[in-house]
Amino acid sequence: MYAFSYHSPKTVRQAATLLGKNPDAKVLAGGQTLLPTMKQRLASPSALVDLGKAEGLSGIEVKGRNVVIGAMTRHADVATSAVVGEAIPALAALAGGIGDPAVRNRGTIGGSIANNDPAADYPSAVLALNATIITNKRKIPADQFFQGMFSTALEEGEVIVKVSFPIPSKAAYEKFPNPASRYAMVGVFVAKKGSETRVAVTGAGSDGVFRSAELEAALKARFNPKSLDGVKVKASGLNSDIHASSEYRAHLIPVIAKRAVAKATAK
Amino acid sequence: MASVTMIVNGKEVTANVDPRTLLAQFLREHLHLTGTHVGCDTSQCGACVVHVDGRSIKSCTTLAVACEGASVTTIEGIGTPEHLHPMQAAFRENHGLQCGFCTPGMIMSAIDIVNRKGHQLDEHTIREELEGNICRCTGYHNIVKAVAAGAQAMAAK
Repeated sequence: MYAFSYHSPKTVRQAATLLGKNPDAKVLAGGQTLLPTMKQRLASPSALVDLGKAEGLSGIEVKGRNVVIGAMTRHADVATSAVVGEAIPALAALAGGIGDPAVRNRGTIGGSIANNDPAADYPSAVLALNATIITNKRKIPADQFFQGMFSTALEEGEVIVKVSFPIPSKAAYEKFPNPASRYAMVGVFVAKKGSETRVAVTGAGSDGVFRSAELEAALKARFNPKSLDGVKVKASGLNSDIHASSEYRAHLIPVIAKRAVAKATAK
Repeated sequence: MASVTMIVNGKEVTANVDPRTLLAQFLREHLHLTGTHVGCDTSQCGACVVHVDGRSIKSCTTLAVACEGASVTTIEGIGTPEHLHPMQAAFRENHGLQCGFCTPGMIMSAIDIVNRKGHQLDEHTIREELEGNICRCTGYHNIVKAVAAGAQAMAAK
């Protein structure tokens, strides 16, 4: 790891000021991706702005018809939250399937979303549930937030404060983990709210998380696993790597989506 | 350099460290608590697991300076050679190790599992929960037995 200066602001405002003064600085949330990346010298920020001590960034609450989760809330806390388990059990289950227990005790929802790893789980939930990302500057709808792998709508000095998830009527997440790394080779989050059905796919797209128009169209009339029989997803735009070809991933997407819909509609 | 103060195994320690010092390095090289091991250094193997404020974390993927004010428990803090922690005793009784390199992390993770899931742990739960701890000797069978026995022994304590 290359040397950096370390800052531990007490407020988000202080964090934003520090980020403004240090153009090469990076925000440290749980560090479960950033620190390994720095250890491999794939990232070498001049400064780290650690949000660990910044107040008001953790916690889970229901506000109206939304579950609002603070950016520094750990995966383990989302996974075991009674509030999330009651309102959006699919989100609690997703958080409980990230990494391993020790990673879930450090990793944060804000960090995962800001990083937008193409195989991360959370971005699919944010996109399928049509969440709103609330930063220190503005509110960003999920459809505008993710802008290709490792790339988001966040600007310089912009920090995620919380994420607001509208409570769906039905939702579920399923993933096909790589047998070695356990990262999603394909992960599908399905959500139905009123007449709208949204399907987000992670792990597969060469531009990161995306909504599948084919699957959403098939599920629009009837939110049922059978609605996906015979539905094909195109391989173009999907990743091909040592783990799976784009054709294989294209085949997996409706298979995993069908399992997700079955889970979402099970009693 | 940055100053950091934390409580390690019940004792307050203060040190000046390079900010890039990992918690694992801090424990091993500054405090000479070498029971915490670094196996993969990429947060997969779990040999470096310690408890920070009562929760298991990978100390190779945490900065020491980020633990300012925290309470850290390492394998040295749970028992002594004369009075082993029930989970340590269970690993010995069940032959839950061969080379022993992964054992400190296994035991710290196992205690965390008991703290979260209680004293009656079935094999499936133990295997799922040990996902972040890798052993390259034993094939896990005796480790799983040890965790189940240790969990029950912790209830009796």
